[in-house]
Amino acid sequence: MPDSVMQNSFHLDAVPIRLERCGKTFAGGARALEPLDLTIRGGETIVFLGPSGCGKTTTLRIIAGLESPDAGGRVLFGEEDVTALPIERRNVGMVFQSYALFPNMTVTENVAYGLKVRKIARADRARRVEEMLDLMHLGEFAGRRIDQLSGGQRQRVALARALVVRPRVLLLDEPLTALDAKLRDSLRLEIDRLLRGLGITAVYVTHDQGEAMALGDRIVVMAKGRVAQVGTPREIYYQPADGFVADFIGTMNRLGGVSRGGTLSIGSATLPWTGPDGRVELLVRPEDLALAGEADGHLDGTVAAAVFLGDRTRLVVEPADGPALTVDAAGRSELGRGDRVWLRVDPARLLAVP
Amino acid sequence: MSACVQDAPLPHRPAVRPPAGPGWTGEPLRLAALLAPAAAVFAAFFLLPLVRLILIGAGGTEGWSAYLTTLADPGHLDSLASTLALSAGVTAVTLAVSTVAGLFLVRNRFPGHALLVALLTFPLAFPGVVIGFMVIMLAGRQGLIGSITQALGGGKLVFAYSMAGLFLGYVYFSIPRVILTVMAAAEKLDPRLEEAARSLGAAPWRVVADVILPALKPALISAGALCFATSMGAFGTAFTLATRINVLPMTIYTEFTLQANIAAAAALSVLLGLITWAALAVARSVAGTSVAAAG
Repeated sequence: MPDSVMQNSFHLDAVPIRLERCGKTFAGGARALEPLDLTIRGGETIVFLGPSGCGKTTTLRIIAGLESPDAGGRVLFGEEDVTALPIERRNVGMVFQSYALFPNMTVTENVAYGLKVRKIARADRARRVEEMLDLMHLGEFAGRRIDQLSGGQRQRVALARALVVRPRVLLLDEPLTALDAKLRDSLRLEIDRLLRGLGITAVYVTHDQGEAMALGDRIVVMAKGRVAQVGTPREIYYQPADGFVADFIGTMNRLGGVSRGGTLSIGSATLPWTGPDGRVELLVRPEDLALAGEADGHLDGTVAAAVFLGDRTRLVVEPADGPALTVDAAGRSELGRGDRVWLRVDPARLLAVP
Repeated sequence: MSACVQDAPLPHRPAVRPPAGPGWTGEPLRLAALLAPAAAVFAAFFLLPLVRLILIGAGGTEGWSAYLTTLADPGHLDSLASTLALSAGVTAVTLAVSTVAGLFLVRNRFPGHALLVALLTFPLAFPGVVIGFMVIMLAGRQGLIGSITQALGGGKLVFAYSMAGLFLGYVYFSIPRVILTVMAAAEKLDPRLEEAARSLGAAPWRVVADVILPALKPALISAGALCFATSMGAFGTAFTLATRINVLPMTIYTEFTLQANIAAAAALSVLLGLITWAALAVARSVAGTSVAAAG
């Protein structure tokens, strides 16, 4: 990219990434990752989401070149097979949970490091560093030592350091986990703005579903070294592939029902339903259950807990049989522990899981 | 075997709080009484001998100018220079070997790892005499190296009874403590820092130069200073190898016992102490600032 283009809009090439049969078995035989096939589109932000030990960080490290996949696995950046290239020759940007800034260098020296390694001329280097610091609103901290910065500032320096070399892909390993909640939200917005603006292919690893939903064009939900589901945040939320995904993302209620001849019996209610006869396990989001009167309710139960959240009151309702249900009532609702309530179910919002 | 003079912490009164109760007038007295035994020991075993040594240095016919004359003596200057060169060389080689070995031992696990680390620290237990003995067995007239070179037809290689032998012995003796310091520091290195440098395109040697060595710097400086100080003052190994090795502790010994030039011996001792103390002090201040910068 000619430097003149960078003056106003810093934009990066959108390189697609393809993983082919990338598995990882560690010495000692522990399987960290089952062979995985995945295509990440150019310019897309993809989020690997899952509990610790699910293989998400291993996948990121395979893309980075810090781990090599088991024999037979291939990593492609665009058309180039980079499987055999070590990280220093892949031209990737990395951002770590622990910031990993060089403590013996100032902010400017940290950001300039990748350019120095690439033997960019001093004047050019200084100009690009300055542009990047401005982009990240770090101009006033240029001469500071790292230990004089707050956590949020440090992570912005880390982002600047990773981006200034114009990497082919930006890899972020739980970049917000070490920050407190308020900073996390503001930096998440900043990262979102940055990734949209730069058009760079980004891979983001997190265990926080809120981050995943907010940042990901697509989310890869992982569990025990396997991909549980790949999809947009909406798909993951509304059409979870299995019980694990459903439980991991947001809050999900479980209902037991019996399907027979085009109807579904839940509690005392009978609803229209299409599906094979027999017992079915049903999932429903709290917002898809509504409080109703005795006449039009499908299920009844007793409020076991009511948590006032301001805009709404979250109720835990214990039905006569089956597991407790979470349901949202209006914030001004006066319902409390021990009250009897009726719930209405919209059959279109019920999900049957295998 | 080390004869270096350390600066002992001066006993000082803990900060006395502002008067709070009726009994406070007795407080300084009580504190002084409690500190008296420590002060007495400090005076008897540190201050008095040191002051006496300094006075003896000036106690000859020349008075205080004896210090200058002693220092100006070509033989003494030569001895001082060779001791400094030897210590600097030992420090440099020890740091290089120990850094490589220490990093390797921290980064790699293999069968026998724990045993090897234990063996490497073994020389810590030996006095200088034993180190000298081992150097003679290795590079002396009946030594292993001599036998091998002779068998190969190159004539008998003998270097135990010289500066080279002393150098070998001191490096052998210094490596364990430096390795232990390096290993302790290397355990604390953040692997993410190296990964970050590599992601930015740094080749392995650059990672060492830009990330690992700066992080190890405080440990290397303090271990190196100790190594230097020990080499400056060590006596046992030199004495075992040969009486004519020209290092300062040997010169002091010769002046003192053979020529009964007690004033010169005292002056040289004070000089040796000062140089070593200064090396440690400089290292401490440099290491201190870099530790603060790395925080």
